Amino acid sequence: MNRDHLALSDDILMKIEKPARYIGHEYNSVVKDLSEVDVRFAMCFPDVYEIGMSHLGIQILYDMFNKMDGVWCERVYSPWMDLDEIMRKERIPLFALESQDPIKDFDFLGITIQYEMCYTNILQVLDLSQIPLLSKDRDDDDPIVIGGGPCTYNPEPIADFFDLFYIGEGETRYAELLALYRKHRKEGFDRENFLREAAKIPGMYVPSLYDVTYHEDGTIAAFSPRFDDVPEKVLKEVVMDLSSTYYPMKPVVPYMKVTQDRVVLEIQRGCIRGCRFCQAGQLYRPVRERNVDVLKEYAMTMLKNTGHEEVSLSSLSSSDYSKLPELIDYLIEECDKRHINISLPSLRIDAFSLDVMSKVQDIKKSSLTFAPEAGSQRLRNVINKGLTEEVILRGAHLAFEGGWTRVKLYFMLGQPTETEDDIRGIAELCNKIAAEFFETVPKEKRVNGRVQIVASTSFFVPKPFTPFQWAPQCTKDQFVEKAYFTRKCISEQLNQKSIKYNWHEADASVMEGVLARGDRRLAEVILKVYQKGCFYDAWSEYYKHRVWLETIEECGLTPEFYTSRERSLDEILPWDYIDAGVTKEFLKREWQKAQNEMISENCKVKCQGCGAARFGGGICFEERVAGDE
Amino acid sequence: MSDNMRLRVRFEKTGAIRYIGHLDVMRFFQKCLRRAEIDVAFTGGFSPHMIMTFAQPLSVGLESHGEYMDIEVHSVTDSQDMLERMNAASVPEIKIVSVKRLPENAGNAMASVAAAKYLVSFREGRTPALFKEDPARVNEAISEFLSKETIPYVKEGKKGTREVDLRPGIFEFFVKEDQSLEMLLEASSGDNVKPAQVLDALLALHDDSLSENALQISRLDTYTRKVSVDGILGELLSMDEVGEIF
Ligand code: SF4
Repeated sequence: MNRDHLALSDDILMKIEKPARYIGHEYNSVVKDLSEVDVRFAMCFPDVYEIGMSHLGIQILYDMFNKMDGVWCERVYSPWMDLDEIMRKERIPLFALESQDPIKDFDFLGITIQYEMCYTNILQVLDLSQIPLLSKDRDDDDPIVIGGGPCTYNPEPIADFFDLFYIGEGETRYAELLALYRKHRKEGFDRENFLREAAKIPGMYVPSLYDVTYHEDGTIAAFSPRFDDVPEKVLKEVVMDLSSTYYPMKPVVPYMKVTQDRVVLEIQRGCIRGCRFCQAGQLYRPVRERNVDVLKEYAMTMLKNTGHEEVSLSSLSSSDYSKLPELIDYLIEECDKRHINISLPSLRIDAFSLDVMSKVQDIKKSSLTFAPEAGSQRLRNVINKGLTEEVILRGAHLAFEGGWTRVKLYFMLGQPTETEDDIRGIAELCNKIAAEFFETVPKEKRVNGRVQIVASTSFFVPKPFTPFQWAPQCTKDQFVEKAYFTRKCISEQLNQKSIKYNWHEADASVMEGVLARGDRRLAEVILKVYQKGCFYDAWSEYYKHRVWLETIEECGLTPEFYTSRERSLDEILPWDYIDAGVTKEFLKREWQKAQNEMISENCKVKCQGCGAARFGGGICFEERVAGDE
Repeated sequence: MSDNMRLRVRFEKTGAIRYIGHLDVMRFFQKCLRRAEIDVAFTGGFSPHMIMTFAQPLSVGLESHGEYMDIEVHSVTDSQDMLERMNAASVPEIKIVSVKRLPENAGNAMASVAAAKYLVSFREGRTPALFKEDPARVNEAISEFLSKETIPYVKEGKKGTREVDLRPGIFEFFVKEDQSLEMLLEASSGDNVKPAQVLDALLALHDDSLSENALQISRLDTYTRKVSVDGILGELLSMDEVGEIF
């Protein structure tokens, strides 16, 4: 391969913002000899380079594919607006970073789908690649377009754009899929045949092999495979032994500053907590831990191989990792010698974490983070967030004693059963934390004289495979009203001067809700919206709410059908044919308990019988502990 | 400060990597030196930094064969070993050419830059009329240009425009046999002169100007000035010649 060859001319590279996004050549990026490659896989994150490069999942799969003989996996991201315009005008096909070759010449285009608002960027990537947008229009020479990631647990709104979805964790079935592909290539390739066979591999969902019919009211009447040999339900794939699977020892090191510019150690998958609003908490069950000695070795090897100056732990709830103190002690000792920073997101605030944080951060500059998600204990019981006011205040007290003066609090507005009292609880909790500061820290010791409390609210969007999947979502007006009410309540507090309040825009939350629980009929909307020039919807400066609304109407649909409507428990949901491990009975039980304000203990304390035990491992088979909150 | 040694690292930046900006090159070396396990010294405080300075930022799009970075280290092996380790931890387009130890009195890379030498050619189809004429005529135009006492030029900066005199900053400027241009230009931070500015000024005298992205530029080397015992600045010296192999 000629390393000097670039897909973009010098004139273009000199004209656009941040050309480093498009030239590849990063340290640890993999370049293979084409004469030894028979399957070319382009791995895409449909957002800008800095975001896409920060995603651990792609790095794991990149490493896995490139370890396979004859397979070359390369990366591709969404070109930024400036380059997008040039590529369209000059008809330059989208290319992979490593070889700079057009994506349309690849065997596979794999797209990871992490959030709903990137759906139009998927079309941008296909379009710039000069691949037909609709699966049915592709022929044998086009790449197989395969989707993965959390949004594929309800892939229906984007089903028409994909040939295949891989449901679940990518480490398990790709080898099988590629073997099948090679076999079909050898025996004379026919796209339809290949997809029909692929559908028999566990975890694979081929949307074109299923028919959906609707009732007059728009709900689903039936969802069925078109052939007998196509499975009725697709069960998600999971890796049960996380300590002996793929993990990238040599992750690609970008030149540019990217969002996640550090070594990332995924300490566990899944979460024991079972918060009822949280999709990730359900999708990644059961909890599986990585062996602590393996993690120590990974950390040191990856630091050496990348030269990164920071290491970060990744998991949904790091505090629940059983060997956390041992791992952190080790990292602190080793990293201190090497001037390496440690970043510890998602830690519960208690004496242990405060002690650790005081060792790894500058207390004066850092802030404490709490995520109560709801303002009152009543509503926290509804959402099963096991964080009490007492625990928060105790944590804050310890932290103020330790010298912290900044506190961040995250809440959600619009969760099921929420009342004005619950919202007022947000303001009151903030006020109590401020009061705790003034009580804990004597006047003469107050740095800058005060405490800074920042409360942020986001709007709740119900997601598939959560107990709230049947719940109505608030309308935009309700959201906005709630935000104003929150602000008003905060302004009435005694310590209001110490409290700052931020809230998110409501428009995008409405559309996220439409797409999250949408059905196949939305493909037409997404396609039309894209054709009207919308993409980068996840970037508020580019999101055009009006265009979305007007297009939904043009297609004879309404946002309310998908968002603010309460679904009945026996309605066929668009994602019912996917089996995410948790059973519908369990979700219904949880939905009932939520309405009765009853909590469910976490997996460590008591198994709730969610269904994930069928995978035969993880937390479901570990001893229960008594008394953990 | 302590027994730390200062090393001067000369490197090339070529090929696709010419589109990587200066800040990213600095970030690259911070990681590269860690991978190479060079015993670099750090500043103190809560977020310690490697002690390193770069001679002169290279604009995006330019190649260079004479870039310099000074680093402070606690310990060394030998020049060759350190060079090999750094290259093993680098990419082919950023190649370390030499690692030398600086004498104690040497100024740091950034502060002591005095000049830079460039090789300049025109991209296809973008050669200005003047440079299409026969070499004798071009040379004549250049010597006419250089014989001027002052060459006024309006620099566009972030804080608006400012008129400067380019003439004192042009040390050498001639056409080579293969029609490319070689220029030795002032490169100290305040008075830095760029090849495009020189050509713009020259072409202006012929009622012409450079077309967009017309130049292909490669920096050949960066220079400092010899300092005599009594502190007087003398002739130009490649920055590479200040240090010694060890
Ligand atoms: S089966 Fe029980 S222990 Fe396993 S994930 Fe579900 S609730 Fe937790």
